[in-house]
Amino acid sequence: MSNNTSVVKNAVCTFCGCVCDDMELTVDLDEKRITKAKNACVLGRAWFYEHKIENYPVALIDGKEASLEEAVDEAARILVNAKFPAIYGLSDTTCEAQKEAVAIADYINGNIDTTTSVCHGPTGMAFQGVGESTASLGEIKNRADFVMYWGGNPAEAHPRHFQRYAVSPKGLHIPNGKEDRTIVMVDVRTTQSASVADIFLKVKPGRDFELLWALRALVKGAALDSSVEETTGIPLDTMKDLVERMKSCQFGVIFFGMGLTMTRGRHFNAGALLALATDLNDYTHFVALPTRGHGNVTGADNVVSWQTGYPFGISFNRGYPRFNPGEFTTADVLARGEIDALCVIASDPGSNFSKKAIEHLRAIPVITLDPKPTVTSQLARVAFTTATYGINVRGTVYRMDNVPLTTRPAFESPFPSDQDVLSAIKERVCELRGLKHASNRMTRQTAKVAV
Amino acid sequence: MSVLRIINGKVHDPVNNIDGRIKDIFVRDGKIVESVPEDSPTIDASGMVVLPGGVDIHCHIAGHKVNMARKFQPEDHRKDAQLRVGELRSGTGGVVPSTFTTGYRYATLGYTTAMEAAVPPMSARHTLEEFHDTPVIDKGFYVLLANNIFLNQLLEKGRMEEFREAVAWWLNASKAYAIKLVNPGGDEPWKGRKNSNVDQLDQKISGFDLTPRKIIKALIDVSNDLGLPHPAHIHCNNLGHSGNYATTLDTMRTAEGRRVHITHIQFHSYGGKLGEKPTSKAAEIAEYINHHPNITADVGQVMFGNATIMTGDAPLTWLLRNMTHKKWINADTECESGCGILPFAYQGHVYTHALQWAVGLELFLLSKDPWRMVLSTDHPNGGSFENYPRLIRLLMDREFRNEEARKVNQKAIANTKLLDIDREMTMQEIAIITRAGPARILGLTDKGQLGVGADADITIYDENENREEMFNAARYVVKSGNIFIDNHEFREDRHGRIYHVAPDYDPAVEDTLRPFFEDYYTIQFDNYAVDDSYLGDHETVKPYPARFEEAKVSMT
Repeated sequence: MSNNTSVVKNAVCTFCGCVCDDMELTVDLDEKRITKAKNACVLGRAWFYEHKIENYPVALIDGKEASLEEAVDEAARILVNAKFPAIYGLSDTTCEAQKEAVAIADYINGNIDTTTSVCHGPTGMAFQGVGESTASLGEIKNRADFVMYWGGNPAEAHPRHFQRYAVSPKGLHIPNGKEDRTIVMVDVRTTQSASVADIFLKVKPGRDFELLWALRALVKGAALDSSVEETTGIPLDTMKDLVERMKSCQFGVIFFGMGLTMTRGRHFNAGALLALATDLNDYTHFVALPTRGHGNVTGADNVVSWQTGYPFGISFNRGYPRFNPGEFTTADVLARGEIDALCVIASDPGSNFSKKAIEHLRAIPVITLDPKPTVTSQLARVAFTTATYGINVRGTVYRMDNVPLTTRPAFESPFPSDQDVLSAIKERVCELRGLKHASNRMTRQTAKVAV
Repeated sequence: MSVLRIINGKVHDPVNNIDGRIKDIFVRDGKIVESVPEDSPTIDASGMVVLPGGVDIHCHIAGHKVNMARKFQPEDHRKDAQLRVGELRSGTGGVVPSTFTTGYRYATLGYTTAMEAAVPPMSARHTLEEFHDTPVIDKGFYVLLANNIFLNQLLEKGRMEEFREAVAWWLNASKAYAIKLVNPGGDEPWKGRKNSNVDQLDQKISGFDLTPRKIIKALIDVSNDLGLPHPAHIHCNNLGHSGNYATTLDTMRTAEGRRVHITHIQFHSYGGKLGEKPTSKAAEIAEYINHHPNITADVGQVMFGNATIMTGDAPLTWLLRNMTHKKWINADTECESGCGILPFAYQGHVYTHALQWAVGLELFLLSKDPWRMVLSTDHPNGGSFENYPRLIRLLMDREFRNEEARKVNQKAIANTKLLDIDREMTMQEIAIITRAGPARILGLTDKGQLGVGADADITIYDENENREEMFNAARYVVKSGNIFIDNHEFREDRHGRIYHVAPDYDPAVEDTLRPFFEDYYTIQFDNYAVDDSYLGDHETVKPYPARFEEAKVSMT
């Protein structure tokens, strides 16, 4: 360790959706690495400590070292020449980079999709169907005397969620912290998180929807047949007790994870949970929040929504955005062998998509932007090495509750940011397509849409 | 150096007392000037009407709540695509359009400035990010401060000096343009007392030794004392409730002669008993405002068709949700705000909706001073801003108005004076309620007018007896001296400018704020304020108390 160190206070950890902004990072400026990350959780420490500047080439074309300009040109040509290109990822980069990615998709008439489509996509769809009563995490800290987690394991996935936001902190109306709250955990198995719960409900696997629907019925005062116990694995009296606690609390919240959204029922499960929280507002103040995984997946949802009107799974192939999960989502267009080029930003579908999807990924030209080599970058036609957001790149990220924060980079990276690379690709795409200063733009040109 | 001549157009420029005179306008480097060389690029506006660019004083176009409403309604976007043309970005329309579409469509109507009306400070960064993607138009936003727990704690303890410093700090930290009050005092009972609300100005707010009136008075005073270009912008208590006109009058009286803006006042001008059908009290409200030059208002006209309720007034949205049983959003922001969102449709056959429509028109037409009763639909609450051309026709064309009135619920229309009103607004009055008036109320002295030195934001329409058709699509739109719409075609894409204020404050107030943040917020105090990098092209509008005096004089 050298003596040339600096300390960055109030740094923002972009590893998970908690986006804790109270990091105190000690940085070795000579070695370009973080030596201490005060306040970071186990995941955050790994994120900061393992981040080193490696001696990778800034870009590879077909596995051979290339200049940034050459790679930008090649990437733009791939996208412009493709008949059905797609852009995917985006949950681990800044909003500034996400904006450029959506712009490129618009200019190449391609698809834009984010990792939301494989995590809380069903929540997004449920939200469109039934709405959502929600709150920023500080409201939970200040007011929630009933806190429920459903289908998630924050102790391991969001280690500071309990401590910073929802279980132990003292708040305006919660002077004694955890003592003033009832903590309920619903899951198919006893996880590390269960130890914090006052009440733990072990629901039968694949029966989340049935249990949520039974709770909705009880909230509405409907009588339930005792067969619901066999279906869900939860005694009726336990359900009734739970519903009483929910109705009588001052401020209730349900956090839910992928255990709910990525199991049987998907958006029906999320919809049932959001509807339950809404129903409870007849009795008290009640909210629900998905516990989002990636550091800026919420930013991706926001940017894509404000630019297009839709959150993910979008096609621009008619010259304007259309939304259809299943039709335009990346896992699906890959598995069906439809797209003929893919640009991946800060994601690794090559390691976690279905076998069929990966087979097609191997067959088409792929462009990747990532700070480190990934399975996907290894099979890419063009692979960019980019600076790591948060640690090396300043920009905007959104916490899981939609609160935006500006990152405070610890040190400079020799690599360009995702935004730099995407912006350059965008410019090149516009040149190749002759889009700059085009004339004859009708003001009221509205597409004929088949309804 | 960019120059432009606009010749032979019929000019309406109320600030400079030009009422339909043929007059040439000269532009250099984004400003109106005395003259430019004759061989400069020229628009021949023969047979056309030349107006300053439109100024929307109250709309919801950017930020967390708007984006939730956008994401919420794919069914609304699907039918209304905005095609990409050249480098101009594609998007979707409907009641809550995507950001690029918002900018292009405002410009298409001839609007060049729009103010986002309700942003919790914590959402300021988000709002500015969306502004960055909202092209062409200039914009700013109002920051929600009437349900701010820290400020209310200072108020209940009577720590008025610190209150003023903290308000000034918050305006700086968020980069806001003005102070917004929404349902003052209503958030605490909503969030903390099982979804209840306040309904009287002198009612004690649960958890505080404080009343809505004290909050209202304090924020009116501080807006005036800081010399903000735009006064406190108030969404009164009891929005939408029968009998709420009494609360509205009471709120206006609370100003005690000081400058205040009452927003979407149509929603606050109802008689009748709570829980029963509303009646119109537009005449009473208009009468009060006619006699009180310290008060300005925008109407918040309701237009039939789709709308989206989106407001900091969460209890109201819950009430409407329980009537419509439609999908609903509630979104609380810690220590600062509530929010409710609900898709909605105003239907002519429904008594209340028809009454609301008529009350709005009454307010426009019974108001004697168009400078102080300006046009808005509270987009998208009363309907989309894309309804403005139709609304203008309703105001300018009595026959059309009465025809429309006869198509809707007749019991409602009979409960108003609408059919007895002969008034037809003139082009000059339209120029006031859509341009000169809002610009003056906002204290944006270089907007809403075409005098030498003004911003070269200019709209040119083809003259057309059908005013809806006329205002539906400007033939030319000049923004900051550059032609953006050229003979109905988009030209090169443009960024707009952001307007904000930065009143002085004593930095010592941060020592008071910091411990509160550490205890009750979930983001670090040092990460809270929005930095200048989010502003892009911007103008810090200086506190200017003299401007208020000047405005007051010209209003009377």
